Amino acid sequence: MKKNITFKVNGTEHSVEVEPRELLIHVIREKISMTGSHIGCDTSSCGACTILVDGKSAKSCTLLAVQANGKEITTVEGLATAEGLHPIQEGFHLNHALHCGFCTPGMMMRAIEMLEKNPNPTEEEIRWGIAGNLCRCTGYNNIVKAIQWASAKMQDKELPSTEPEFV
Amino acid sequence: MIKCKTSKEIGGMGHSKKRKEDARFIQGKGNYVDDIKLPGMLYMDIVRSPYAYAKIKSIDATKALEIPGVIAVVTGKDLEKYNLHWMPTLMSDTQMVLPTDTVMYQSQEVAAVIATDRYVARDGKEAVVVDYEPMKPLMDPFKAMDEEAPVLRPDKEGKTDNHIWHWEVGDKEKTADIFNSADVVVKQQMHIPRIHVASIETCGCVAAYDKVENHLTMYMTTQAPHAIRTVIALVAGHVGLTEEKIRVISPDIGGGFGGKVPVYPGYVIAIAVSFLTGAPIKWIEDRSENLQADSFARDYHITAEMAGTSDGKIQATRFKVLADHGYTDASANPSKFPTGLFSIGTGSYDYGAAYMEADAVYTNKPPGGVAYRCSFRVTEAVHAIERMTDMFAKKVGKDPAQLRMENFIKKEQFPWASPTGWSYDSGDYHAGLKLAMDTVGYDELRKEQLELRKEGKLMGIGISTFTEVVGAGPAKDFDILGIKMFDSAEIRVHPTGKAIARFGTKSQGQGHETTYAQIIAEELGIPMEHIQIEEGDTDTAPYGLGTYASRSTPTAGAAAAMAARKLRDKAKKIAAHLMEVSEQDLEWEPGKFFVKGAPEKSKTIQEIVFAAYTNHPEGMEGGFEATHYYDPPNLTFPSGAYICIVDVDPDTCDIKVRRFVAIDDCGNIINPMIVQGQVHGGLTQGIAPAMYEELIYDEAGNILNGTFMDYLVPTAVESPSWETGHTVTPAPHHPIGAKGVGESPTVGAPPAIVNAIVDAVHHLGIDHLEIPVTPFKLYKALKAKGYFGDNA
Repeated sequence: MKKNITFKVNGTEHSVEVEPRELLIHVIREKISMTGSHIGCDTSSCGACTILVDGKSAKSCTLLAVQANGKEITTVEGLATAEGLHPIQEGFHLNHALHCGFCTPGMMMRAIEMLEKNPNPTEEEIRWGIAGNLCRCTGYNNIVKAIQWASAKMQDKELPSTEPEFV
Repeated sequence: MIKCKTSKEIGGMGHSKKRKEDARFIQGKGNYVDDIKLPGMLYMDIVRSPYAYAKIKSIDATKALEIPGVIAVVTGKDLEKYNLHWMPTLMSDTQMVLPTDTVMYQSQEVAAVIATDRYVARDGKEAVVVDYEPMKPLMDPFKAMDEEAPVLRPDKEGKTDNHIWHWEVGDKEKTADIFNSADVVVKQQMHIPRIHVASIETCGCVAAYDKVENHLTMYMTTQAPHAIRTVIALVAGHVGLTEEKIRVISPDIGGGFGGKVPVYPGYVIAIAVSFLTGAPIKWIEDRSENLQADSFARDYHITAEMAGTSDGKIQATRFKVLADHGYTDASANPSKFPTGLFSIGTGSYDYGAAYMEADAVYTNKPPGGVAYRCSFRVTEAVHAIERMTDMFAKKVGKDPAQLRMENFIKKEQFPWASPTGWSYDSGDYHAGLKLAMDTVGYDELRKEQLELRKEGKLMGIGISTFTEVVGAGPAKDFDILGIKMFDSAEIRVHPTGKAIARFGTKSQGQGHETTYAQIIAEELGIPMEHIQIEEGDTDTAPYGLGTYASRSTPTAGAAAAMAARKLRDKAKKIAAHLMEVSEQDLEWEPGKFFVKGAPEKSKTIQEIVFAAYTNHPEGMEGGFEATHYYDPPNLTFPSGAYICIVDVDPDTCDIKVRRFVAIDDCGNIINPMIVQGQVHGGLTQGIAPAMYEELIYDEAGNILNGTFMDYLVPTAVESPSWETGHTVTPAPHHPIGAKGVGESPTVGAPPAIVNAIVDAVHHLGIDHLEIPVTPFKLYKALKAKGYFGDNA
């Protein structure tokens, strides 16, 4: 029995028919054709599918699409605006916080909510804050730096250096 | 500071240029295999065996086929009709694509369900009924070597046991003589456990066969697209799919680490089904399938011995290995190297005798033997030598740093002939360890350790000073399935001075689009921003063996420099023609040729390239393109000095990495930011097997931790804040003096961590701990020594 759901993705309203069992990540990727959010596991462990649902970060592999009915969703595709990249995107790029890029969208979405709740996280708070998102490439050092950089940028503070300490 | 020859605008070697590939990844515009959607595409899901060893009595697909949307259920019997039910492995062993009668490991592919939708395919998978007759699996590699053990591979003609191969290197007698007369011998049995690369993107493909054109386009997660094209042609040539009719496209890859080198049954089934139906077939494995069935890494049981003098001079080493390869030898090693480059295990030390032997054995575990971010079994070798060096130091009562300093090969001894046949190209091990000790404050930490010990606190300092061997490799020794392991670069510079360059390698996050552009910028003076890099499409890129084993910079990176130099030679001729001077009167500086003594008379590379299309000298070929296939004269030998500080909770045995300093020497550095990033990532994949990861099987052959819920990939919390630095000892034989770096930290970190943990508890009677060193394992070891008294 298919259900009709209506929700906003990155500001645009979508109405789609889904099966009650369909996962939100599959609907976003395959029916809305936004493939920036990824699937990295089948146990809600890796966080590659993290999106914002009404501003709260959520693993979209753990939500049924029907639960998104009436919600506002933001994915990585919705971060940049006409003015340019979101500070978290800039932070990841400038601090070399991504290698293969597969975990990056989920990691950034999680970081955005974290910074909204806690604009000045300590390194330890950042590490615990992204503990639900796995990265296999970067060793996390530069992800921490990127989030610190974005924190400064979002508050118009002096920006930390983006030069590598490896000299 | 690294000195750069080019300006920041040109951005050649040594500049920390931000990555060109980032733009698409940070905006959700990466193009990974699961993002590919083709018209009429069908989805495949795979029925897998719940048993580690069983006869298949029957497969009943009736119920599955009744489900609307299920198109077909494919079994081994179906593939047998086309002789596609078996395939070769990269080690010239054989592997079932789908079984016709027996399953050999848990989660082995048993049947494939094809459906119009991924959910329907999963419904179909659940509805396929397979009747098994379970048998007792052979899980212990030592028992599998017993004479009376049941023979697991009767499909191999004349096979009467489970032994796969024997390998040995070094001087057995000379080594034995030294051991027999040595003052001191240390010996330790150790297991380097079975682990999994677990790249965050799993494996998958879209196989799109066009019946009209008899042409296959294969989008797949592969680190070696060209080699895969050849393998497909070898496997499917007999049904008319020949190499010119196959295009392999490796799109963006979400991490590889060696796990995306082999050919998995899922790829072959997808191709077969697409070939038979004419529809594009998408197969994307789940994480659990990925962990449970795709190639594992490591699983070496090593008996390691070291002999030396009582004053701490290493004299000889002897390693004996039993390699558990699971059901088939599906390693991804060069053909002549069944143990990969394990023979690097004499390490960074100057001594004259070593002997190593290995035997490989079949068991009822998944097949494999891939890298896990390690250059062909180097991690296993480095763990053995670095643990033994520490045990030897403890035995003779010497500080492990001091003992290493006294035994290192000296920088003036390079090139150094190792007792196992390598010619180490270069290194300065003393400088690396000194820098690491100064950075971490070694002497003060030793003092602190003594103070803490008085208070009953447990703190340990561990060192690893390793030599890596990467960049396979010289064609005379290195091949995969007979194909020599050179690699390639093709550079085309357009009339306006902008370029595209294509390579036989394939980045999985290493940043090739940036670093290759920097190499060409260094050589040609064209700004790196103006150089587009492409890889992964076999229709357009020159042939190469792909990206793994830290080989891209040593091989394809060298090819880029050599191709660029061919173009610079041509540019010089054109410049001489344009300025009407002799070639001998010209000098190069990045970006232009100028007349000696009259630097105001010059031609920029852009002017020269334009002339190559508009005004080139008579008799010269037009255009500005070059290709180079680089066959390295030797491998490169990066090295590192790592120091790890741990604090152990004396009550809970929780282990905290307080600091970790990694000094790497990967020769000349192309992009310091990227090298540092590679080191960070490799270190986290070093702490992973040292403290967290292991694929665990019970006696019945069940995997006990085959999901991300219980296979412990380190998060940002487990991963410490890494401290990195470097020394530079250029590779003398490499065109740009570079070595490789992606894997060094994964190779070097585990023994540094284990040496630190053992150092923290050695005074309590502990000489060795097996990886992963978990708090519970440490607790049990301490309890056995009576540390907790009688009540714990």
